[in-house]
Amino acid sequence: MGYTLNFSAVWRSFDLLLGGLLLSLELAAAALALGAVIGLAVAFALAGGPAPLRRVAGAYVTLIRNLPILVLILFTYFALPQLGVRIDKIQSFVLTLAVYSGAYLAEVFRAGLLSVPRGVKEAGLAIGLTPMQIRTSLVLPLMLRNVLPSLSSTLISLFKDTSLAAAIAVPELTFEARKINVETFRVIEVWMVTSALYVVTCAVLAALMRALERRLAIPK
Amino acid sequence: MLDLSVFNDLSLFANEIWIARYALLRGLGVTLSISALAIVAGSVLGVGVALGLVYGPRVVRATIRVYVDIVRGTPVLVLVLASYYIFSTVGLDLGPFQAGVLALAVFCSSHVGEIVRGALQAIPPGQTEAAKAIGLTFGQTFSSVLWPQALRQILPTWVNTAAEMVKASTLLSVIGVAELLLRTQEIISRNFLSLHFYFLAGFLYFLINFGIERLGKYVERKTAVPS
Repeated sequence: MGYTLNFSAVWRSFDLLLGGLLLSLELAAAALALGAVIGLAVAFALAGGPAPLRRVAGAYVTLIRNLPILVLILFTYFALPQLGVRIDKIQSFVLTLAVYSGAYLAEVFRAGLLSVPRGVKEAGLAIGLTPMQIRTSLVLPLMLRNVLPSLSSTLISLFKDTSLAAAIAVPELTFEARKINVETFRVIEVWMVTSALYVVTCAVLAALMRALERRLAIPK
Repeated sequence: MLDLSVFNDLSLFANEIWIARYALLRGLGVTLSISALAIVAGSVLGVGVALGLVYGPRVVRATIRVYVDIVRGTPVLVLVLASYYIFSTVGLDLGPFQAGVLALAVFCSSHVGEIVRGALQAIPPGQTEAAKAIGLTFGQTFSSVLWPQALRQILPTWVNTAAEMVKASTLLSVIGVAELLLRTQEIISRNFLSLHFYFLAGFLYFLINFGIERLGKYVERKTAVPS
């Protein structure tokens, strides 16, 4: 063995790790914002769209759920330029993660839509709301409240998936950790600190989502 | 906007697949063995994790809880990289294959552990009390009362974990294990048909996972309590 822990090299580069963590969070937030739009549209299509649209939406969800995300990331970054689509690596990664999370969010939102009782929609129709008004001011708020717990776990796995951006050299947390690892050889320290940063961030995200759940809960 | 001319010569693609057939098949074999090893080792470990979480004394419970929370809060890629670099540093000479499989097994164990824990805790306490009342030991209670009931709950989710493992096996390409994705990248660096070969790799992964998903649905139907 003969390995003594020495964190000084890692603390010297701690700013790099924090910068990486910040970029990871930004990537996750951007992907979540785009992915939620995709997921919501697909969920509405799955839950009540016309048959052809429902089939297309179903095919999208099945396709994405059965593909490894790393293959999708490499495909978008390395293969799409052959079709004449040229985007930089951060945009390419966010786009991929959004399309990927969109499929998982669609499942979450679909379950939420099914949890809204029929009576709510009927009541909306009865007071003369248009179908779009029913969706935006009745179904959506009720549904979002119901899906918050599963949304929280999707958000956390989305955040963890940003580590894959390291594969296309986006300088997020895992990429910076690997760089420090190779430069300083303080192997154990680097990965301990990196893992701790991920674990703590996940815990904070989970706590924030729980707080949001409590805040939005219907008072009894 | 899209330049589709790359699809003009599909016979070239077919020819390149033929040239690369052994590399692809070997990669597929490595992918399947990584996944199988990780699932088997991870499930055995996972059942142990669950037993510790549910029936262990307080110290064991707390230790395992920390293990599970750390593993679940860390991205799989970080587990893979950490396992690859750390074991060689402390003098344990694991190759990339072993280090990678170990990381995936640890990841799998935390997931299986949570699934099994949930299933065990969902069994009404009356079952254990009834078993005690007719004089069964804990071992007998577990193996003939609790486990059969938990297994029914676990199986469909467990099959999905298997699909997760196949997907996570792609991460081993990052540490140089020549599984399907790394083989694909090698082939692309030779013939530059990135679109075609990433598509092919995606297609193969889809087939494997779609098969597993179907199997999961079948198992779900078979294990459902008839009503």
